[in-house]
Amino acid sequence: MAPDLECVSLTKRFDGMTAVDDVSFSVAPGSFFSILGPSGCGKTTIMRMIAGFLDPSAGDIRIKGRSVLNVPPNKRPVNMVFQHLALFPMMNVADNIGYGLRRAGLPKAEIARKVDEALERIGLPGIGARRVDELSGGQKQRVAIARCMVLEPDVLLLDEPLGALDLKLREHMKIELKKLQAEFDTTFVYITHDQSEALVMSDQVAVMNRGRFEQVGTARDLYYRPETAFVAGFVGDSNRWPGRVERIEGETLALRTDDGMLMLGATHGRALSVGDRVQMFVRPEAIRVARDAAELARFDNRIEGTVTSLLFNGAASRILVRHATGGGEIEVALPQSGEFADLGEGDRIVVGWSGAQGNCFPATGQDGAPDAERSDA
Amino acid sequence: MREGTRLGFILLLTPLLLWLSLLILIPHVDMFLVSIRERVGVGKYDISLANYRTFWGEPLYLWTFARTAVMSILATIITFLIAFPVSYYIAKIARGRLQSALFLACLIPFWVSELVRTFGWMILLRETGVFSGLLQWLGLAEGPVEMLYNDAAIMVGLVYTSMLFMVVPLVTTLESLDDAVIEAGYDLGGNGWSVLREIVLPHAKPGIVSGSIVVFMLSLGNYLTPTMLGGKDSLWFTELIYSQFIVRFNWELGAAFGFMLLLLSSLIVWGMLRLTGETLEETMG
Amino acid sequence: MRRMKTIAASVLSVAVLGLAQTASAETLRLLTWGGYAPENVVEMFEKETGITVEVTKSNNEEMIAKLRATGGGGFDLIQPSQDRIAGPQLEFGIYKPIDLSKIDKSLFIPSMLEATMKNTTVDGQVYGVPHVWGTSGLVVNTKKAPMVKDYLDLCAPEVAGKVTYRLKRPTLIAFAFSMGMDPFAAYGDEAAYKDILSKVEAKLIECKPNVKTYWSGGDELLNLMRSGETVAAMAWDTGGWKLNAENPDITFVAPKSGALGWIDTFALPAKGQADDAAYKWINFVMQPKVAAMITEAAGNFTASKGADEYVSADLKARYQASFPPEAVDNIKWYPPVPAGLEALEGAVLDRVKAAQ
Repeated sequence: MAPDLECVSLTKRFDGMTAVDDVSFSVAPGSFFSILGPSGCGKTTIMRMIAGFLDPSAGDIRIKGRSVLNVPPNKRPVNMVFQHLALFPMMNVADNIGYGLRRAGLPKAEIARKVDEALERIGLPGIGARRVDELSGGQKQRVAIARCMVLEPDVLLLDEPLGALDLKLREHMKIELKKLQAEFDTTFVYITHDQSEALVMSDQVAVMNRGRFEQVGTARDLYYRPETAFVAGFVGDSNRWPGRVERIEGETLALRTDDGMLMLGATHGRALSVGDRVQMFVRPEAIRVARDAAELARFDNRIEGTVTSLLFNGAASRILVRHATGGGEIEVALPQSGEFADLGEGDRIVVGWSGAQGNCFPATGQDGAPDAERSDA
Repeated sequence: MREGTRLGFILLLTPLLLWLSLLILIPHVDMFLVSIRERVGVGKYDISLANYRTFWGEPLYLWTFARTAVMSILATIITFLIAFPVSYYIAKIARGRLQSALFLACLIPFWVSELVRTFGWMILLRETGVFSGLLQWLGLAEGPVEMLYNDAAIMVGLVYTSMLFMVVPLVTTLESLDDAVIEAGYDLGGNGWSVLREIVLPHAKPGIVSGSIVVFMLSLGNYLTPTMLGGKDSLWFTELIYSQFIVRFNWELGAAFGFMLLLLSSLIVWGMLRLTGETLEETMG
Repeated sequence: MRRMKTIAASVLSVAVLGLAQTASAETLRLLTWGGYAPENVVEMFEKETGITVEVTKSNNEEMIAKLRATGGGGFDLIQPSQDRIAGPQLEFGIYKPIDLSKIDKSLFIPSMLEATMKNTTVDGQVYGVPHVWGTSGLVVNTKKAPMVKDYLDLCAPEVAGKVTYRLKRPTLIAFAFSMGMDPFAAYGDEAAYKDILSKVEAKLIECKPNVKTYWSGGDELLNLMRSGETVAAMAWDTGGWKLNAENPDITFVAPKSGALGWIDTFALPAKGQADDAAYKWINFVMQPKVAAMITEAAGNFTASKGADEYVSADLKARYQASFPPEAVDNIKWYPPVPAGLEALEGAVLDRVKAAQ
């Protein structure tokens, strides 16, 4: 079966700057595909090219196997949910949803039927006569999606539509969106800079940085097996130590960090040799905490230190530990058992993790942190 | 209310009340009183509606008003048709420097007085003027062409004078239209025409209506442009009022004309608002 | 409530006081025509008397409208035409009588002073003395329209579309004379005057296609004649002479049926506050040398006796070319306009304007 959406070597150059650099990907029918990246990485540019508002400098866009490069936006079988939704404030809800159908020249009765059906599906029956500004944030969201879905597009594009909502509603809408996608059984392409949105909803996530895709995979792949330093740094939280390789034995390497600690890590198949500058990423939840060093005997990395900060956040509480002999702070997740509930700042503690959890990447010019803010192309 | 706040309230309100009463209310009351006087002898006056009867009874005056109103409505429509693309370009397409430069360009004609502007048009349009000379030089005309002293010249002058007052409200309302809403219109299958009709125009309606009211009232109340560009057939209602007051010393009839102008133009504006379903508060707010 | 009233009253009175013009005895507020108070004359007067002169330029209709609006206030000396004194005085009471003992009569041409005094007398009191006089007639481009000799010639096919005149009462009077009627004689007889007006109306409507535009300002007329867009006009003599200086083909022609003579006067507004200064000004500007300076500025001659000597030869030559002795005798001087006549004329002018 042909993919619903396929981009081949898609490139977009604005004068003097490449916003999208040779990006290829395909989206399977009925799947939820996200493009995740910091602002200014080029994700909005890709979306606008798919919708037809921008022409690519090179490459091709195919929908259901057919190139749409010469198809104007109003004829493309894709529809878009805009960042601020862009509902038509001069029309009521029913007219908003029926707009595309009227443009397609459907008879009035059929439009009315389809609009009612769409309202039913988004769980808001009978609000057709309301004005747009009488709706709540979540209702607007659903109307914006319904407005596109009545046209039965091959692909629905969503441009950070949850950005304007407050946290609680955003959490709720994540689940809602996923349900709606299943309900309509349509391919969703979703762009966001919020990793939790991407990870929770998507079947496939592409992490984008500086106009390129760093990695495409499932949420799990990205989290546990990041392929680049950028992905490791951008997806989820990590302790990050730059340093130099001192020793390599098979998959295992020893790293002397810039602030003087010696740690063991893993190459995960990457070609590294002694003397290379590398960065090691270790997730806070991969690190164990104990009051006694003996409890952590099974780990090959053990560090004694003092607690400098308690970051209480319910189930996701963390502490910052400073190395006893100097050096940087380490972020560590607290086990949820309540065992450390009485931990206080200044307490002595031991942390440890297995060397296989220390994911090492060759250091590049960029250090894996998200780019400094660039204006979004 | 405490004594202090009350005094402050009165002091704050005083300029407004003075303005309203001294410059608007009292003159109008006086005008009305003048308009219901009838001269019965040397220096002797009676109260009567004779002046209003003259207005309704003399077809000439009614005809002049009707002509003025129709021409003003036409000027409003033409101004809108020209100003809309200009405003759209300024608000939605031009960016940064160009945007402010274009906006400024619309303002420039208003740095000179209306008289000078009207003279400018006379220099361009007259028989020995610039356009006539240009046409002859290009070989498009045999002899001198007179483009002044006709209704078209009046229309040109009125539209030119009114342009800014249409462009400003239009640019303001169009700027407040999110670009994404227009894009959504296209994305959902609309073409240029339907996006304009269903999205841009309805959104700009308050601006269109307020611009139209201002342009209509300005045109209706214009005196210089129609008299100077219109020549012997100009026939503008304000001209009648001016001549009653200044040339004929017939303040009574002039005042009655003034009141009829106020009444009939308010009626037309009210009709326009009813037709478009706008309210005055929404439009001016 | 009482306090509010007091506040309101005091605020109001302050505002009214602020709006009202304050005039000291040392200022003469003069409402006049352009050219009648040239700067050099004003300077000389100020130096000699120490009185400051504020000049406001206007025309007959505006002068009277202004005085009427203020009940005769705002100015200390005004200069309407002599036919616009008796009527408005009867109707609106905007002037005050002139104390002839304060005027040096020897400075005036006796016949002109006599005639003006007679025309501006209301209830036995004199309201005006003459200053500048002139005529309306024809300004003609003699090369292009040699056949225009009288007002009615403006309606001839030879000059179709190349004619201009004002749509004001002098035009009505002029056409009436040219059609062989005497409107001045009918001033006292409303029915006869109406009859004359209706004939003139028909003529003016018939003549309308010949007209390029009705001129309304002096500069507009000069431009029309100068550019050749019109070749004949009804206008003031000074306009013709001014154009003659630039283009010898254009000049003022006294029409066969007679030029219309007007005299602009000195009159005192009813609420004038500087009468002494006003009398000083009158006696000052009527001195022959000063009067000649005004003639140079305005283009028209004054009622000052002996001022002609000091007027430039050019101007005198133009005057003599336009006015052979028999033409001077034929000048029709405006008698005072009876109050209310303007309403009749106004209706006629409106109908002419509206005619298609």
